[in-house]
Amino acid sequence: MAVLRRDSREIRGTQDIVGVRQVVREWAISMGFSLVDQTKIVTAASELARNAVVYGGGGTLALEALNDGNRRGLRLAFEDQGPGIPDVEAALRDGFTTGGGLGLGLGGAKRLSNQFEIASRPGEGTRVVITRWR
Amino acid sequence: MERIPILKMGDCLLVTIQVDMHDRLATTLQDDLTERIVAARARGVLIDISALEIVDSFIGRTLGNIAAMSRVLDARTVVVGMQPAVAITLVELGLALPGVSTALNVEKGMALIGRALGRAEADGGPET
Repeated sequence: MAVLRRDSREIRGTQDIVGVRQVVREWAISMGFSLVDQTKIVTAASELARNAVVYGGGGTLALEALNDGNRRGLRLAFEDQGPGIPDVEAALRDGFTTGGGLGLGLGGAKRLSNQFEIASRPGEGTRVVITRWR
Repeated sequence: MERIPILKMGDCLLVTIQVDMHDRLATTLQDDLTERIVAARARGVLIDISALEIVDSFIGRTLGNIAAMSRVLDARTVVVGMQPAVAITLVELGLALPGVSTALNVEKGMALIGRALGRAEADGGPET
């Protein structure tokens, strides 16, 4: 699997979430994603960027355009150095929240992606990687 | 500070969201609308989101809050013009906007508010 293109963005505060949505939209359009697929990956990115700000105190987004034989993929890695998630399984459940939101962010982002990986260690931070293929 | 304009049409308030809503703009709209409902004695609130390219859980929660607050203040809120791709994504995200009335466009939204307020003219003019 080849990486065709790579870039990254800082996510310092909630004001950066709109910028994340814009860059993900641009990449999804340039890779030929349908409008529904664009909307899904942009929405998932918005949820994960907000999580990085609200729970992780800010973080980074790494974007990768992938070429895997006959399919193209957009991979987004969100990383923060926040307190981490003690119980990832619980955090993935709809309605579970410690931040006063709706508790749809992680589970929703997972449903809106084709691939979803999460790694978190208490005290070290959280890394969530989603991929959407076309 | 950036704000989303709120227009008054009779006893209804009309909001057309034309920019990508960042979190603070959504929160400001929620506060502004609540104040305007009281100040203008509005009975209906119409929120046109046809230009909105995504609705994430934060924006969805804001729309739900606006609907709930306006209900408490005796006004009906109708969200109109949601793009099909946004609707598909919203449901997959797990957000079905409970408690938020929706209509396909502004005209149907006004009719919905009119019916909710018990007005005959909302169905196409006064009955003879």
